[in-house]
Amino acid sequence: MFTFIVRRLLLAIPTLLLISLVIFLLVDFAPGSPMSEIPLTVPPDVRQKIIESLGANEPVWWRYLLWLRQFFWVEPLHLWDHLFGTAFAEGQQRIVSWQSRSPVFDVIAQRVPQTLTVVGTAYLFGVLIALPIGIWSAYRQYSWFDQLGTFISMVGYSVPTFFTGVLLIVIFAVNLHWFPSTYDTTLKVTDWASFWQQVRQMALPVTVLALFNAAEISRYTRSAMLENLGQDYVRTARAKGMSERTVLLKHVLRNSLIPVVTVIALGLPTVFGGAIITEQVFKVNGIGAALIGAIHANDLPMVQTLTFIFAVLIVLFNLIADILYGVLDPRIRYD
Amino acid sequence: MKLKTALLGAVAALVAAPAAWAERGTDGEVKLTFPQAVSILNPYLTDGTKDVLAAGFVIEPLAGYDTEGNRVARLVTELPTVENGGISADLTSITWKLIPGLMWSDGSPVTAADVAFTAQYCMDPAGGCAQSAKFANIDKVEAVDDQTVKITFKGPQSNPFQAFVGGQTPILQKAQFEACLGAAAPTCTAQNSGPIGTGPFRVTGFTVNDTVQMEANPNYRDPAKPAFATLVIKGGGDAIGSARAVMETGEFDYAWNTQIPPDAQAQMTAAGKGQFVVAFGTLVERIETNLTDPSADLAEGERSTAKHPHPILSDVNVRLALSKAIDRNTLVEVGYGAGGKPTCNLVPAPAMFASDNTDCLTQDLEGAKKLLEDAGWVDSDGDGIREKDGKKLSLLYQTTVNPIRQDFQALIKSWWNEIGIEVELKSIDPGVFFGGDAGSPDTFQKFYADVEMYANNFSGTDPEAYLAEHACDQAPSPENQWQGPNINRFCDPAYDAALKELTAATDPAKRAEIAIKLNDMLTKDSKVIIPLVHRGTLSAHSNALGGVAINAWDNEITNIEDWYRVK
Amino acid sequence: MTDSAIPKPVSQSRAVWQQFRSHRGAMAGLVILGLLLAFVLVGPLIWRVDPAYINPDAAAMIKARNKPPSWASPLGTDQLGRDMLARMMAGGKVSMAVGMVAMAISILLGTFVGVLAGYFRRLDGPLMRLTDLFLALPLLPLLLVMVMLFRDTLAGILGPELGTFLLIVFAIGVTSWMQSARIVRGEVLALKEREFVLAARSIGTPPSRMILRHILPNVMSPIMVAATLGIASAIITESALSFLGLGFPPDFPTWGRLLFDGVDYLTQYPERVIWPGLAISLTVLSVNYIGDGLRDALDPRIRGR
Repeated sequence: MFTFIVRRLLLAIPTLLLISLVIFLLVDFAPGSPMSEIPLTVPPDVRQKIIESLGANEPVWWRYLLWLRQFFWVEPLHLWDHLFGTAFAEGQQRIVSWQSRSPVFDVIAQRVPQTLTVVGTAYLFGVLIALPIGIWSAYRQYSWFDQLGTFISMVGYSVPTFFTGVLLIVIFAVNLHWFPSTYDTTLKVTDWASFWQQVRQMALPVTVLALFNAAEISRYTRSAMLENLGQDYVRTARAKGMSERTVLLKHVLRNSLIPVVTVIALGLPTVFGGAIITEQVFKVNGIGAALIGAIHANDLPMVQTLTFIFAVLIVLFNLIADILYGVLDPRIRYD
Repeated sequence: MKLKTALLGAVAALVAAPAAWAERGTDGEVKLTFPQAVSILNPYLTDGTKDVLAAGFVIEPLAGYDTEGNRVARLVTELPTVENGGISADLTSITWKLIPGLMWSDGSPVTAADVAFTAQYCMDPAGGCAQSAKFANIDKVEAVDDQTVKITFKGPQSNPFQAFVGGQTPILQKAQFEACLGAAAPTCTAQNSGPIGTGPFRVTGFTVNDTVQMEANPNYRDPAKPAFATLVIKGGGDAIGSARAVMETGEFDYAWNTQIPPDAQAQMTAAGKGQFVVAFGTLVERIETNLTDPSADLAEGERSTAKHPHPILSDVNVRLALSKAIDRNTLVEVGYGAGGKPTCNLVPAPAMFASDNTDCLTQDLEGAKKLLEDAGWVDSDGDGIREKDGKKLSLLYQTTVNPIRQDFQALIKSWWNEIGIEVELKSIDPGVFFGGDAGSPDTFQKFYADVEMYANNFSGTDPEAYLAEHACDQAPSPENQWQGPNINRFCDPAYDAALKELTAATDPAKRAEIAIKLNDMLTKDSKVIIPLVHRGTLSAHSNALGGVAINAWDNEITNIEDWYRVK
Repeated sequence: MTDSAIPKPVSQSRAVWQQFRSHRGAMAGLVILGLLLAFVLVGPLIWRVDPAYINPDAAAMIKARNKPPSWASPLGTDQLGRDMLARMMAGGKVSMAVGMVAMAISILLGTFVGVLAGYFRRLDGPLMRLTDLFLALPLLPLLLVMVMLFRDTLAGILGPELGTFLLIVFAIGVTSWMQSARIVRGEVLALKEREFVLAARSIGTPPSRMILRHILPNVMSPIMVAATLGIASAIITESALSFLGLGFPPDFPTWGRLLFDGVDYLTQYPERVIWPGLAISLTVLSVNYIGDGLRDALDPRIRGR
């Protein structure tokens, strides 16, 4: 297993480099320009000057190499300087957003907290709700609980978040005044009152996202459980006189977890990636909102950096999933 | 949050009597929400309206415009004129005198050197200054003494009020930006997101594309203002969500740019928590006609170029019929409500430049049909679509993705169908449409369609540069990487000649007369441009916020220092 | 797997159908899906109102706007006085077609990649890295590039409607197969170490037969889930695509777009969102129950009971 992990991590380097090149070329090739959000009153020659000052007119390979250098050399140096008060990165250009002219990593640092709190909590809740529902729905297949769970999760998955978000705002913020409709990113949690306020402002976006995630994960859990409940080993275990609890949670669940682990491993990087629509509806302004804003403004350094970090997480979590497969089912071998 | 503001409000009510005698910082916090978040607070590096608007609370120009479009002094003692000697008789220089004792928010004095530096900052060719067009005719800017700054132009200027007039060209502090000249300009992150200014507020916190936090400037020139101690601008979301946060949930005091369907406007107003305010500048939603052939059968590089005139739209009767068939009042009622007015002009305002052109305001389907009939466009094969010389009257109509524009497309299509024109609709991502990427076929400059709809305006109150966009040599073409503003490829020697006259004219009445003539040449006479709606900027503010007077000629908010909490 | 069972007098397909019929949820799903199909296919033949018709007489159009349900327009009218029933029918045809076809592309592609990667160790690395790449690609620029490259070409060859349709289903399929690929691969990795697979392999079953006969039937249930969820996301994604100018012409209603447009009118005319939301949910629910029934019917262990 250890050699497998080392080999996969080494293999990840060329993979990620290739991914970063493909993303760069793709974003660069996509139509649109960093000037798309500048009003039409700015004349063309001024636009050209702005593009030149951004360095956006340089050849694509040059910009790619520059980005690589900045990402893998200047930014780590800068972090080092920041942590230890040294000055190695002095005068070296960091990755700067075309849209806001501020360093991309500063923007990411500003936005990670709210994305992790909102999207992360929602994902955690989603999983915590989904697993019991999935297990119980499968165990009591076609009971009223199962039917209700199926109905809610199917409806929950088929109505998009741009609708549920607005619906919740209209009900709970506009009519009942229970929760705010906007997420205040400047709120600092220092005492119980501000903690309560944080909980209140998280309530709506977290509900929307958790419902959506729970719907998906519970379906996979249920189907995998059903598949396993019919297997011979379950009959054997029951025949041996094991309690239903042991059969269900130790044997069936463990064997059913492979697709669930896959889905969760695919979902966790998106926690970092943020939830584009939900973040926008509730003005959470996390990573998802940053990414979509950067894409609309063709802010290549921002899009490239965010997407690349996202790619790293995808590769990492897929590796973790592969390791977990081996833990869940020791018969799975990679080498 | 609500409790806190209520408490602060109560405290303020005890301390301060009516707003007229308000003291600085007694009204607590004012909260604004912008559907597009603020990216940067330096207008010279952006021209995003949201950025310029937020920066306007902090940094100010020498002079600006009031809500009527009149120029008013901001940081100077009076507006220079030829009479008071501020503008030289030959119109080649203008001299501004700063208010004595003016201070930056850090307590240091504002001097003419700061103004001269700001010009140097924007005129540096390596800086990529977004406002450089306003400095294009300037030869030099010099500080005569601490209070006096003299701008010398390259030649006589009929309109010397470009640089340092209006929120797009505020004064920067030399001490703060000295290290940010030229290529270093974009790297000065701290300066660009927290400029030191003379305005009523100063920046205390800034998160990119999210929140701007400000507090009252302790050195603001009017000791009684601003009434609010702190100010927050929250960005993101969409127009309807922002409007809701002011009009229905009451979380914010002011929402900028809340263009939402008229039904929703009415419903939110009925809730009684706030109101919509509108200001009309020069923004006109229009249909542009393509005078060149966009046919895909033509070779790339010849499509939509002057080499091939448009087979249908070159006929002025077709363009006139297209305009006649449109009911602009209905468009306003469906799409904009209070936020729009029907118009037939490309230059709808200021009043002195607006033509009295109202011929298009009543829909005339029969008249449109007759025009086409007389011009030889008849439906000879009975399929409901007219043709002439074997050419079907069929148009591709494109615009950006936007719910109101899609409604307009559908309505106008139904009217054009009615007069026997086949219409195909297309909508394009706004980032691509306005992006100007020469590699994309979908930009508005490339215009690979027969007609297209969008809105445009001009900054300030003088339409000369705006009208000059339709000169022959301004047409986008492969030779200039499709970068010209004359997207109709309109070319009329008489128009170009009149433009020359306008440039030469200095008498305001004469200028207005020529501008109106140019406007009519493009709209009334030829319908090369089919104006639809004169759009205002629609914003919403809570009933608990007083002193709001929105402005269409400068930044939308130019009087934030006068805002107060209604008790 | 059937070899241990006693030979039945009925054919296998017949047994499957019998089992399927006894599944009440599946039958209900089938009926609802049938009704929905009839609604979008037969409906327009009975309700002959043009979904894009706007009264060119402006005064009449203004009067016909935002009407609640009535006999003249059973589902009401929209903000331009267009008939919602006709729009729902016209939109449903496209949305259901897009949902099903895009889902099929995505599932076929995903299953194909997943099975190959899971079964053949040598393909695992390259295929999974490819999956990583596709997962990492930012969707919006990818779609914009696809539009730029293929829209006019496809429209030129196949005509604008079929061209757009193909581009849409292809775009959705190509950007959504990765999840099912990962899930199928995970299952296959575990399956191929199971006793029955080892047994089958030991008697020299060729890989193609192994996959079709032994592996695929056992990964059906997660595939079914992915397929049901895939329909819902395809229908919604289609509406998102129209915001990139990738979708159908802007006056062409689809369920996803009707839902999106309706959200702005949520408080004034809630029915405007309810109709498309209901239609999408019903489609997905019915497909889900049919999937449930199919899985039960195809599983010989359950079928016998």
